[in-house]
Amino acid sequence: MSEKPVQPGSGDPDGTPTGVANGVSSSDATLPSSAGAARTTTAALQPASAASSTASPPPAASAASQPSATPVSDRADLRPENIQDAVIRLAGNSQDGIQTAGAFLARLAGRSDHDVMTYMTIPATISGGPSIFQVRIGSGEVLSAGDEADFLVAFYQHSYQDHVDFLKEGGVLLYDSDNVEPNFDDKRFVYVGVPITGLTIEALGGTAKDKGKNIFVLGLISKIFSLDVDKLKKIISEKFAGKDESIVNTAMMAFQAGYAYPVGKVLTHQYQFEHIPKTDGRAQITMDGNQAIAYGLIAAGVRYGAGYPITPWSSVMETLRRELPKYGGIFVQAEDELGAVSLALGFSYSGYLAVTGSAGPGISLKTEAIGWASMAEIPLIICNIQRGGPSTGLPTNVEQSDLHQAIYGGHGDSPRVVLAAASVEDCFYISIEAARIARKYSTPVFILSDTSLATRIEAFDEPDLSKLMIDPKPDLSPRQTFKPYPVDAVTQHIPPGTRILDGKYPLLSGLEHDEMGHPTGSPKLHMVMTAKRRNKLRKLAEEIPVPEVYGDQEGDTLLVGWGSTYGPIHDAVKQAREHGEKVGAIHLRHLHPLPNGVEKIFAKFKRIVTVEMNDQGLYGFGQVAIILRARYCEPKIESFTKTDGLTFRVKEILEGVFKGRSFAARKIPRDGAAIVHTDTAAEGVKSVREVVPQGVG
Amino acid sequence: MPETTTAIPEREKLTKKAITADHPTWCPGCGDFAVLASFYKVLEKKQLDHEKIVTLAGIGCSSRFPYFVNGHGAHFIHGRAVPLASGISLARPDLHVFLFGGDGDGFSIGGNHLNHGARKNINMVYFIMDNFVYGLTKKQTSPTSPIGFKSKTDPTGAIDQPVNPMKQLISAGATFIARTHATQVKHMMEMIERAFDHQGFSVIECLSECVEFYPDVFDSADPRKGGSFELIQEKKWDNTPEDELRHDVTDELAAYKLAQLPFPGVFGVFYQNDRPTKNALEKKWIQSTREKTGNASDLELLQKTFDRMK
Repeated sequence: MSEKPVQPGSGDPDGTPTGVANGVSSSDATLPSSAGAARTTTAALQPASAASSTASPPPAASAASQPSATPVSDRADLRPENIQDAVIRLAGNSQDGIQTAGAFLARLAGRSDHDVMTYMTIPATISGGPSIFQVRIGSGEVLSAGDEADFLVAFYQHSYQDHVDFLKEGGVLLYDSDNVEPNFDDKRFVYVGVPITGLTIEALGGTAKDKGKNIFVLGLISKIFSLDVDKLKKIISEKFAGKDESIVNTAMMAFQAGYAYPVGKVLTHQYQFEHIPKTDGRAQITMDGNQAIAYGLIAAGVRYGAGYPITPWSSVMETLRRELPKYGGIFVQAEDELGAVSLALGFSYSGYLAVTGSAGPGISLKTEAIGWASMAEIPLIICNIQRGGPSTGLPTNVEQSDLHQAIYGGHGDSPRVVLAAASVEDCFYISIEAARIARKYSTPVFILSDTSLATRIEAFDEPDLSKLMIDPKPDLSPRQTFKPYPVDAVTQHIPPGTRILDGKYPLLSGLEHDEMGHPTGSPKLHMVMTAKRRNKLRKLAEEIPVPEVYGDQEGDTLLVGWGSTYGPIHDAVKQAREHGEKVGAIHLRHLHPLPNGVEKIFAKFKRIVTVEMNDQGLYGFGQVAIILRARYCEPKIESFTKTDGLTFRVKEILEGVFKGRSFAARKIPRDGAAIVHTDTAAEGVKSVREVVPQGVG
Repeated sequence: MPETTTAIPEREKLTKKAITADHPTWCPGCGDFAVLASFYKVLEKKQLDHEKIVTLAGIGCSSRFPYFVNGHGAHFIHGRAVPLASGISLARPDLHVFLFGGDGDGFSIGGNHLNHGARKNINMVYFIMDNFVYGLTKKQTSPTSPIGFKSKTDPTGAIDQPVNPMKQLISAGATFIARTHATQVKHMMEMIERAFDHQGFSVIECLSECVEFYPDVFDSADPRKGGSFELIQEKKWDNTPEDELRHDVTDELAAYKLAQLPFPGVFGVFYQNDRPTKNALEKKWIQSTREKTGNASDLELLQKTFDRMK
C-alpha cells in the first residue's frame, strides 16, 4: 500500500518539523483594523487605499485599490509598521526546499511567542513537482492558515499562474524575475521582482547551481518583515548541525545575500509583528501532527509498535523507529499491514501497550486483527492518518471518510474506541488519552488524524512532561488465581511470564470463550460475552466530558465538527456571530463511544449542522451526522460535506451552512475586499488551531 | 481482580499433568496427538519455568494446540501467528515462544509472514503439522497437496505445483530447518529439542496424517506400514572417509539438494546456521543508542527532544 516516496511532513532526524504551517492568528485578524483602532493593526500588505474600500464588492475593490509598486508618499519612512498577522505563501517545486524555509519561519514564530500555523501541499509524484508551503504568523491566536495570502513568493511561472488568485487584492507578489513574467495589466497586486535564481548563483559562487534559493528568499522575507535575524540564523545552524560546516556556511551566504538585497527600492514598506509576550511562562514548541502523535505516545509510555509505509502515516513510524530505542523500545517495519498489526498485538499481549497505524488502505488490511483485539480484549492503539479514499484514492489529500470504518470496520459486533484529534497540539494529548483508555478498558483504540494535521506545523505550549510521563513496566508479580475474561468485571490481562499459583493459566482467544479463554459454543455465553465487551465502552462513555459549546450557548444553529476542521469551524462561528447569527459549535474528540448528554445541547438549537470532509452518502448525511442521528434520534441534524480533498475555508463553511444568507461583504473576506479587524481574543477559544488552507490539489 | 500473594511457594516439578489442559478435539488417530505428546515430554525434560512457556497458533486443526497446553498462550487469526509470536519474542526475551500451525496457515495464507519471520531470524520455535489437506474445513486442496490429489476444490485432482516446505524455508533464510514424522516420536522430540536450543527462527515440518481426509498419505515414510524413514546423516567432523559423504547442515546448497529428493525424502536437520537474530540486533541497537544518550531517563530524553523543538 505504499506510495512510498510521498511523505509529507516527515520530521528530519533532529526533530525539526518539515511539514506545513498553520497560522497564527484567528483568520479574521489578518487585515487592518478599521480606522480608529488605537494601535493600527495595519493589514499586512494592504495598501492604505484598499483598506478604505472594504465595503466594496470585489470588482469595485479592484478598481479602488492602487496596485503598484510606486512608492506612496506617506509611506516613505522605512520605520517598520506593526502588524498582527500575515499569510505568506511560498510556491515553487518540492525540490526547492520551500518546506525547509517555511519551517524555519514557523519555528522562529514559535520562539518569538507568536502563534503560527502552516499549510502545505505536496505533489503525489515520486520526485519533484509543484508544491507550496504557507505560513501564517500572528500576534494573536491563529486558528487557520488563512483563506487568502498577503504575500506570495512565486519561484516559477506555473507558481505564479496557479497561485496568484489566492493572493489578496493589494497583496504583494514577490517573484523570481529570472523565471516569472507576471501580467502587469492585472492591477490588483503589488509586484516585486527579484532575480532570485541569478542572485543566489552569484552569491554562492555558482558551485551550488540554484540550490539555496529557498534560503535567499528567507533572507528577503526577514528584511521585509523585520524578523529577528540572530534567532533565525541560530535556527538555521541548528538545522544543519552535525552536517558539513560548508553547508551551514553556504546557507548563511544565501541568507545574507537575500537579506542585503535592496528590496526597499521596490517595496517601500517594511513590517514588524507586534510582540505580545506570553504571560503563562511556558515556552512554545513547534512540530507537525505526526510528530505530536509519536511524542504523545512516547509520553504515554508506549514503547513498542509496528507499521508499514504509507502516506501520510509513514512519518509517525519513522519517528518511532528512530526514537523508541532511546527508551529501550522497538518499532518494527513489518512485511505488510497484517503483519504490522499482528506484531503490535504480540507486543501488547506481552505486557507493553503497542501502536500500529496506517492510512485507510492499510487499516482495511488490519481489520481482521483489530476484530481479534476486540474479541480477545487486547489493548492496542491504531492510528489512521486519513487521506482521500476509497481504495488508493487521493494519497496526498485530506478527507474524513474513514470514520465509519474506524467505528464499524470488521465483521461481527466488535466494539472499539474511536478518538479524533482536533489540532496538532491535540494530536499529542489525544495520544496520551488513547493509551490511558486502551489500558484501563483493555480495548483497541483508534486515533483518527488526517493529511492536514500530519503535514502542518503548529506552535503550542510546551507540555509539562513531569506530570505526563508514564512508566510502562509490565507487572509480572505472581497471582494466586487468574481469570482473563470475568463476566462481571472489565478484563485486565496479565502478561505471560506471570506465575499463577493455582496452576491454571489463561488463554487469549478469538473464538467465543468462557472466563478462562477456552472455546465455547454456548449461546448464553456468546450473549454474555458480547454484552461484556460492549458494556465496558458504555462505562467509558460515562467518564467522557460533554463538549463545551463555543459561541452562543443556545440559538438557531449549532455546528458540529470532529477532527482537523476545528479551526475553520470556530472561525466560521466567530464571523457568523459578528453578523448577528445566533450560532454555536461543538467539536467531538470522542466519537465512539459518544459522550452522554450531548442531546441536551442539541435541544437548545433549532438547527444542527455537521461540517465534514466526506460524502453526503445515499441519504444526504455525512458520516458523523449518520451516527449522531442514530445515537440521539434527532431529526434536526443535517450536514454540510465536501469531497474536494482540501481543507475547509471559512467562507466555504459560512456559505454552505447559511445557504442563501448574505453576510455583509465588509465582514467576510472576499476577493479584493479588506477585512475589518475584529477582536481575536474571542471568548472561549482554546488553544486549538486549524488550517484553512486553500490548496492546489 | 485476582489478588497477589505475598508468600510465593516453592516451584514444583513441571509434570505432564501440570501442562495438560483441555482434551484435544482432534479426530481419533490424528497425527497431531503424537505431536502434543512429544511436546509435553520435551517440556518435562527441559523443566522450563511454567509461566515462561507461551504457546501460540493461527487457525486450523493443528492450531487448536494452545487450548491443549496449560500455559500462557493465544489462539490468533488465520495465517498471522508468526508476526504475533514475533512481537512477543522481541519484547520478552525471558519467554519461550512456541508456535504451532498447519500447512495452510504457514504456507498459504501466512506464507508472507513465514518468509519474513525467517528472513529476520526472529527467535521462536515454529512447528508446522503438515497433512497435505485442509482438514478443519473438510477436505479442500492445501498448498502442499500433491498434484492429482482429489479434494472438494479439485474433484478431478489437484493441478497446481505444491510448495516444497524445505526449499521455501531454505531460500527464505530460516536458520534452523528440520523435517520429521508424527509416527516417529523419538525423532520428533529430538527435533523439538534441537529447535528449542537453537537461537533464531527454528522451523520443523512434521508430516502429520489426517486420518479423515487424507489417510495413509505418509505411509511411505512409516516403517510400520512398509515405508522407510530415512534419516539425514549429519557430518561428525571426524576426518573419516565416511564423513565426506555426510550432510553439512550449514551448507545451503546441500540442504537444497536434499529437499529435491522425491517424496517421502529424508528426515532430520536440513539446515542450521548461527546468523544473528533480530532479537539480538535490536537489543544491540538499543544498547548503543542508550549509551549515546548517557542512559538518560525517559523524562530527560523527551524533554531534551522538546527543548530542540522550541
